[in-house]
Amino acid sequence: MTATLSTETTPAPSASDGAKARRGDRLFKSVAALAGSTITIAIGLIAIFLLVQAVPSLRANHANFFTSAQFNTTDSNNLAFGIRDLFMVTVLSSLCAMALAVPVAIGIAVFLTQYAPARLSRPFGALVDLLAAVPSIVFGLWGIFVLAPQLEPIEAWLNRHLGWLFLFKVGNVSLAGGGNIFTAGVVLSVMVLPIITSVSREVFRQTPTTHIEAAQALGATKWEVVRMTVLPYGRSGAVAASMLGLGRALGETVAVLIILRASAQAGHWSLFDGGYTFASKIASAASEFSEPLPTGAYIAAGFVLFVLTFIVNAAARAIVGRAVKT
Amino acid sequence: MSTPTIDLPVKAAAIRRISIGRRIKNDVATLFFVTSFVIALVPLAWLLWVVIQRGWYAVTQPGWWSHSLRGVLPEQFSGGAYHAIYGTLVQAAVAAILAVPLGFMTAVYLAEYRSTRLARFTSFMVDVLAGLPSIVAALFIFSLWIATMGFQQSAFAVSLALVLLMLPIVVRSTEEMLKLVPHDLREASYALGIPKWKTIMRIVVPVAMPGIITGVLLSIARVMGETAPVLVLVGYSRSINFDIFNGNMASLPLLIYSELNNPEHAGFLRVWGAALTLIIVVAVVYLLAAAANRVIAIRRR
Repeated sequence: MTATLSTETTPAPSASDGAKARRGDRLFKSVAALAGSTITIAIGLIAIFLLVQAVPSLRANHANFFTSAQFNTTDSNNLAFGIRDLFMVTVLSSLCAMALAVPVAIGIAVFLTQYAPARLSRPFGALVDLLAAVPSIVFGLWGIFVLAPQLEPIEAWLNRHLGWLFLFKVGNVSLAGGGNIFTAGVVLSVMVLPIITSVSREVFRQTPTTHIEAAQALGATKWEVVRMTVLPYGRSGAVAASMLGLGRALGETVAVLIILRASAQAGHWSLFDGGYTFASKIASAASEFSEPLPTGAYIAAGFVLFVLTFIVNAAARAIVGRAVKT
Repeated sequence: MSTPTIDLPVKAAAIRRISIGRRIKNDVATLFFVTSFVIALVPLAWLLWVVIQRGWYAVTQPGWWSHSLRGVLPEQFSGGAYHAIYGTLVQAAVAAILAVPLGFMTAVYLAEYRSTRLARFTSFMVDVLAGLPSIVAALFIFSLWIATMGFQQSAFAVSLALVLLMLPIVVRSTEEMLKLVPHDLREASYALGIPKWKTIMRIVVPVAMPGIITGVLLSIARVMGETAPVLVLVGYSRSINFDIFNGNMASLPLLIYSELNNPEHAGFLRVWGAALTLIIVVAVVYLLAAAANRVIAIRRR
């Protein structure tokens, strides 16, 4: 690439104030590098501080952190908390969101890059991006008060006809009101649509014109062009985009907090369960963060969420990096 | 030797009609792509319609934009969201003041010194930060600022958490804009013997400025609706508090969240009124971003 080559070129040294200029350059570069390093330092500090706050509580924990479904932090001498249920609800709602959002988002990306008239492609894309501008708490309000009542018949139908599958069996909250993982998943899917769409749109747009024209010359229909050139070319980009969306869904807090109903019993991998995700559990207890030990229990849950999203995002980034290189 | 006259093509026609199967598949695919786009617009239009319809009454009341909820009973609808609007704007502004210089220099480093190893690693870290859930950012500031350093909950702590959420957006948009500046400009400047840092600050950055400002405004719009940090890091207050370092401060998301527990009709009005207000505030910042882009572009010409 010529761009990288010319970055290497340094200004021609001027006779009069060369030394001064070089000192200015060095100073500027180190200030920039320092600013850049603060980001790395911040990530490091996040991991360290969360761990430091979490470890005493993990030591005092009377239940198994990974397999226990209870989250009892009222008595700081008798802490018993585990992330089994939080993990289940988090994963289930995010995967439900992915299952709904990914096909639609990729469909939109193909529509915007291959089908929409060139002049309308940009404004149409901006419309989808507007979804990302809506604050998540407003999504939550809409989800529980407006969308959930509409989803209830669908949920009842799924429960009646597909109830033999563990995903659709009767959950631990009642279907009325719709405060279950299914509703949360639908709302999350709307919330992650813009990010998946915008990333895969960029990748699809880069499909080489020669590939498309070659397919057209062979007499391919529009769909065959998309299937033979655009989709294979953008596959890894679309996978990375979906993982970015997954990372977003895993960490979404307040929309899920408003939608999901708490439940007394543990869940059993049904979409009609209620409960808490990592993020919504932490947010729900936010007003009671005063004693260090109980707070540490929530920080431990936050650390698990941090690791989870870190892995998902790093994987997405690795896939994108490989896709760009080849 | 005479060639026989040909009155029919020797080969079959090159262009044949597309078989029905392929045509159906093509039509189904087209239908799918168009529908998926329409599906995305349904929640957007539906949500905006519901929020406007339910929030309209509250935001058109006389005191809504100029009064707080001080001394207002839960079941009585009067007062307004002034305290919350102030909090939302100030917390986002303070976060921007902290995040913009840092994000700007980071972007300069990533765009102008991108061949270094540290730059590539930093770029990876920016992506990680971009995927950081807002609740984790809030928890981090809680353990650093409140649990370890012993400060009280305050609006400033919220701003610190917002900085973390804003940084990657500022960095990425600024970096993109700097990369769009043609290389000829840099080379022309170097040829005149101008040092690299001066080239960046005086030639490259001014050219990229409209895009950078737009990016900053968009990042502000993005963090204004964040709810997780305000839930963890500051208490709700029904009256106005101008001090960002002490005491509770309301913000629009926090107002919505606390009024959700209000079973009265006034609570319903306030929840949706605040939701509409939040959308209006975000929309104004978006429009400012678009306007800034246009105004600066025109003046340049």
